[in-house]
Amino acid sequence: MDGTRDFSGKVSADKRPGEQSIRNFNINFGPQHPAAHGVLRMVLELDGEIVERCDPHIGLLHRGTEKLMESRTYLQNLPYFDRLDYVAPMNQEHAWCLAIEKLVGAEVPRRGSLIRVLYSEMGRILNHLLNVTTQAMDVGALTPPLWGFEEREKLMVFYERACGARLHAAYFRPGGVHQDLDPKLLADIREWCEAFPQVLDDLEGLLTENRIFKQRNVDIAVVSLQEAQEWGFSGVMVRGSGWAWDLRRAQPYECYDEFEFMIPIGKNGDCYDRYLCRMEEMRESTKIMLQALDKLEACTGEPVLATDAKFAPPRRGEMKRSMEALIHHFKLYTEGFHVPKGEVYAAVEAPKGEFGVYLVSDGTNKPYKSKIRAPGYAHLHAMDHLCRGHMLADVSAVIGSLDVVFGEIDR
Amino acid sequence: MAQTLGQGLHDLAEIIETALGDAFVSAQVVHDELTVHVARSQIATAIETLRENSACQFTSLIDLTGVDYPGRERRFDVVYHLLSMPQNQRVRVVTQAREDEAVPSITEVFPVANWFEREAFDMYGIIFSGHPDLRRILTDYGFRGYPLRKDFPTTGYTEVRYDETAKRVVYEPVTLVQEYRQFDFLSPWESAQYVLPGDEKKDG
Repeated sequence: MDGTRDFSGKVSADKRPGEQSIRNFNINFGPQHPAAHGVLRMVLELDGEIVERCDPHIGLLHRGTEKLMESRTYLQNLPYFDRLDYVAPMNQEHAWCLAIEKLVGAEVPRRGSLIRVLYSEMGRILNHLLNVTTQAMDVGALTPPLWGFEEREKLMVFYERACGARLHAAYFRPGGVHQDLDPKLLADIREWCEAFPQVLDDLEGLLTENRIFKQRNVDIAVVSLQEAQEWGFSGVMVRGSGWAWDLRRAQPYECYDEFEFMIPIGKNGDCYDRYLCRMEEMRESTKIMLQALDKLEACTGEPVLATDAKFAPPRRGEMKRSMEALIHHFKLYTEGFHVPKGEVYAAVEAPKGEFGVYLVSDGTNKPYKSKIRAPGYAHLHAMDHLCRGHMLADVSAVIGSLDVVFGEIDR
Repeated sequence: MAQTLGQGLHDLAEIIETALGDAFVSAQVVHDELTVHVARSQIATAIETLRENSACQFTSLIDLTGVDYPGRERRFDVVYHLLSMPQNQRVRVVTQAREDEAVPSITEVFPVANWFEREAFDMYGIIFSGHPDLRRILTDYGFRGYPLRKDFPTTGYTEVRYDETAKRVVYEPVTLVQEYRQFDFLSPWESAQYVLPGDEKKDG
């Protein structure tokens, strides 16, 4: 039926064959579609059920973070990073702190550095748990999110016990982390780390060999290594295609070079391989967390924040006794520290890929310019490239597999 | 594993200088990062050279952004961050542009530049010549102005609300119930521009 004939097969009087042009069907996917993982409006041009073109409209969550940052001090800007990729908040803060520390030339005490690693890996697990399980939900599985979110909840309690907030942590500070961790908390994290691989086994039991899950994910959105580089991919989007590219290993920051972990890679670069990579990365992250806990035990009681009084605020107790500490505290929380003039780019291996901050300082207490390089931005851009020729139903599987969060894409 | 970052950046700068020819303007290594300044008109070919040259192999464009310096004649810096996964190296390429000058688009070299250039256009109004689809990307439909320019106020010019009587979203000029407060907190003793009461007696 191309519209030139009626149901009985007769050519209708007002339309002659050959004159009728078939128009592709345009639909709006989102902005309130549950599988869009946020506020994504995507204009899809469909030929039947085949996606011919896809034009993502982003910016519905644009809050002007980069503009706001230009009129706030370096420390006041830190909480904005929690609100970018709100699924793994501390990993973003990490990039900001690294950028500042690089410009200032500040040293992070070892214990602070280890706590950062511990919580970054926790963030990675938080992110992958959410991504893997909701992607599974997008392709029809209902149980994984229920199981995964239970573990996420436990991890967010660890966040809360470290800094008082489940999501918007503001825990990493330039020069270290805000507070030391309680030994009881460390013991509880260890207990969780020991139990968690069993949960991963259960999740894998639900998904890895599941027929429907494989039908929906194998050979969908295949990314070659060539494409991955041209399209600015990073993180799992590169590793899923078979290149063991991980900034924690390739360009080690913090104290990642002390840790033993493996970099899982995929073979085919499809959605299914990316899922496998994420599952395996969670196991590796758990191993890193356990190593960090061991190392933390060896340095109990050491400082967690830089002791340079002109850069990092004094401890609370000290502030109550020393006049000088009180002055430093006042100056640091009003004027803030000054960062030497210069420009710097600092990147971390965030769960979604390379999260970078390009920071230009003019020597005052506020950044002159800060550009946030979000991995999801480049990944979502490739949507059109990846979805062409796929079925409409695959679109949600692909979005899930790209691991997009609009907090960081729209900024 | 390839050499660690930070080593051999000066050597890399020399390689880039010979590879780029007249497009090359200058290069600095600061904070273990290599910054190469390139002539605006040749930016697209320069980036392509950096990708194709076997000693550079900068095969990924990580980031592209603008920086606004309103006091300069050539107001904008356009900053490209390139990454070489095979060599494990990074380079920052910077070119300068006036407000009315177009920067050659590099979408032909790196498809990912498409959205990055759209963002730079949206935020700074930098025109990229040869870009296939230079639309706004992050701001609202029908937005005017370039928000990340230094002369654009943080509050913006319009505000939006749902109007109960009109039953639709309406745009209105920004009205602030109190003056927009911006404290710089820079040491008040040094930054006071006026004569403090009593100070006028100092010289007389």
